[in-house]
Amino acid sequence: MIEEIGRTTEGDVMINVGPQHPATHGVLHLVITINGETIKKVEPHLGFIHRSIEKMCESLSYRQFIYVTSRMDYLSSHINNHACALCVEKGLQVEIPSRAQVIRVLMDELTRIASHELWWGAMAMDLGAFTPFFHAFRERESINDIMEETCGARLTMNYMVPGGVMQDIHPNFQRRVKDFIRLYKSKVNEYDELVTGNIIFQNRMKGVGYLSPEDAISYGCTGPPARGSGVSCDIRKLYPYEIYDQLEFDEILETGGDSFARYMVRVREMNQSIRIIEQLIDNIPEGDFQAKTKAVLKLPKGEFYQRVETARGEFGVYIVSEGGTTPYRIKFRSPGFSNLSALDHMVRGSKLGDLVAMMGTLDLVIPDIDR
Amino acid sequence: MFIVKYIKEVFSGLKSLAIGLRLTLYYFTHHKEIITQQYPDNRETLNLPERFKGEVVMLHDENNEHACTGCTACELACPNGTIKIITKFDIATDGKKKKALDKFVYHLELCTMCNLCIVACPTDAIKMAQTFEHSVYDRSELTKILNKPGSEIREGVE
Amino acid sequence: MWSFSNISKFIDNWLRATFNPIWTMVIEMVIAGVCVIGLFAILGLVLVIMERKVSAWMQIRLGPNRVGPKGMLQSLADTVKLLVKEGMTPAGADKFLFNLAPFIAMMVAMLLMAPIAFAKDFQMWDLNIGVLYVSAVSSIMVISILIAGWASNNKYSLMGAMRSGAQIVSYELSAGLSILSIVVLSGSLNLNDIIQSQADGWWIFKGHIPVIIAFIIFIIAVTAETNRAPFDLAEAESELTAGFHTEYSGMKFALFFLAEYVNVFIVCAIGATLFLGGWMPFHIGHWQGFNHVMDYIPSSIWFFGKTFFLIFLIMWFRWTFPRLRIDQLLNLEWRYLLPISMFNILLVTLMAILGWHF
Repeated sequence: MIEEIGRTTEGDVMINVGPQHPATHGVLHLVITINGETIKKVEPHLGFIHRSIEKMCESLSYRQFIYVTSRMDYLSSHINNHACALCVEKGLQVEIPSRAQVIRVLMDELTRIASHELWWGAMAMDLGAFTPFFHAFRERESINDIMEETCGARLTMNYMVPGGVMQDIHPNFQRRVKDFIRLYKSKVNEYDELVTGNIIFQNRMKGVGYLSPEDAISYGCTGPPARGSGVSCDIRKLYPYEIYDQLEFDEILETGGDSFARYMVRVREMNQSIRIIEQLIDNIPEGDFQAKTKAVLKLPKGEFYQRVETARGEFGVYIVSEGGTTPYRIKFRSPGFSNLSALDHMVRGSKLGDLVAMMGTLDLVIPDIDR
Repeated sequence: MFIVKYIKEVFSGLKSLAIGLRLTLYYFTHHKEIITQQYPDNRETLNLPERFKGEVVMLHDENNEHACTGCTACELACPNGTIKIITKFDIATDGKKKKALDKFVYHLELCTMCNLCIVACPTDAIKMAQTFEHSVYDRSELTKILNKPGSEIREGVE
Repeated sequence: MWSFSNISKFIDNWLRATFNPIWTMVIEMVIAGVCVIGLFAILGLVLVIMERKVSAWMQIRLGPNRVGPKGMLQSLADTVKLLVKEGMTPAGADKFLFNLAPFIAMMVAMLLMAPIAFAKDFQMWDLNIGVLYVSAVSSIMVISILIAGWASNNKYSLMGAMRSGAQIVSYELSAGLSILSIVVLSGSLNLNDIIQSQADGWWIFKGHIPVIIAFIIFIIAVTAETNRAPFDLAEAESELTAGFHTEYSGMKFALFFLAEYVNVFIVCAIGATLFLGGWMPFHIGHWQGFNHVMDYIPSSIWFFGKTFFLIFLIMWFRWTFPRLRIDQLLNLEWRYLLPISMFNILLVTLMAILGWHF
């Protein structure tokens, strides 16, 4: 039986899932081969939302190219911008004021929570439960309101600039973040009541989509999909940037390797982000929010690489500079692309309904995969 | 024992379902938890934060004077070519020729609200407005000239 | 008193006095048909707005609130929209069967209306095998879904139809067995007799725990039979886009949509009749005063109240639970519901023989 899976035989049906399909959350095109309800093969076809962001960045200056990266993984745009800003700072050799560092980390963690909230709702919607989506949006909206007040936008903020952050935090920022923490803590057990503890949900998630630690490493999975398989890969712990090495938080590891483990990693990660925010929100140091930088940034000749932990996994920025005002070459390492590559391996032999659940647990953001 | 395990399974399953049902019943009966905003109806009470990035506007004071020197810092800072500054030469009072702003052309349809032009402006002549209802019937309406007709540069702004 | 039975009797007497028996029959049938179609339209409008409001309130939303007072005419506006939309037939579809399927769905729903007692002495067809008729006719529903799925020439539709076939065939069993437990207790297949047997208390109270178990199984099974979430695998929006009605649009889609809601109404009406006493008012033992007050509430209100309570239950399930997977769905039936209901019907039979119910 196992050998048959993966080989096309008579009675197999090929179905196009996407590019317009309710479960792909974007323009992902999956060509799946099924026999009855059993999936034999999944081929992701990409390119529907390719905007050649890497090429675009080559003609933009080091200040300008950061905003484009928020259009890649739009759910963790702050963290993408953060990676670019860090990479440019590495080349410029500037010291970032500690206030800016704390603000950046706070924004990163708020973004991570917002991203996981949306994932949680969309994941439940993939499984056919509509109500959690709206419940998740209640908390996510309050984060968006905080972002709107401080950064001026709700989704693509462009708040991180080389040398710090663009504007100082809004006077209401601390109060509203505390309000949000209170709201989140009062509602977080509803998530368990509504979805996590539900017997139907557990049966849908447990034991399906198994990804062994070896496979997770060989497919290059990072973030929650890898940590769900027990692979320690949190960049915040392994290669700490900003002030993450001074903070107390746990790297969430689950050893199940199935969809439920990946689900639990994200849900528990939200609590860790809250923990980080609680440590920092009352301890924002005074000082400048931006280091003094030249009006026109010029990176020295060389290659620079910086990686950060986005909500989806490891995001890397690789800049080759020829010494000019624009990068010679930019390469982004997006987490979604590698995570998607493991989908075929995970999904073979399971049912059609599981495909949707597994895509949900991978938390695919298609513009991030295609760039 | 098999039967005991079976019955336990059924009951724990039903209990988990009942917990979920209790939560949705709570929200069904407690309408004060509703967070929906009735958007077009609440236009008067809708308060956007002052930093909200809606569109670029040029500030004019009551004498119809602005602070733009036409230095093109914003034009250079813009990643998308949204801003186009057209300058002219004014004859100043002492007879010298002076570069001044003729037209500040702003393409709203290209703008990504990244705030870089506002940061780049040395004289704080432009800022982000809180308007966000940008839909129009024709694309050409989105190309705007930000300096008002007849406006001049404020005295003392270099 | 103005009651449905008086009105119908008056019309019947007047017709018999005016026309000969054959014409009376024809005119009464026409009136019944018009009433059923009218009821369909009203049910469709009411249930759609009810579902949207229930879902909205559970999801911390307001729900439709633009058309009419508090958005109550929203479903009317939707109907108008669906009426003026083009009913497309995809190329490569079996045109005859494709267009036939929604009508079969509607006809099944209409046929099922016949034996339901809407109020005291107000029934279209007092059939002595009413329960059997309902469970037999409701099985035809799956044929329309299968036809729709096959004729659409779409892989998603076909998969949805096949899922629906497997699902309905399985869940018929436990629905039938839980209906049977009431038949055993009341000793009749006639829906009217079953209602009369609950004059001193509804079966859900009289029948102890076995009937409560039967009731729970019945609700689960009919939720599955009407393809409602968490058993909406035939539609399975996130998996099969829209399942068997992916290719349908306009009024043809609306007929499926309406048939689904009318089916929900009918199975809930059957559930109310069997377990909650149909139009029987709520009586408590020897509290004469209380029972008299309850008798003053018209029987039709009792019937519709109970039915809408059960409809609310089914909607409540839909907006709380995630969807099951196809193998889990069949597992639930064959591993849990069927053995339990088989054991349960033994208990009920024992109870009926020994007369252990109230």
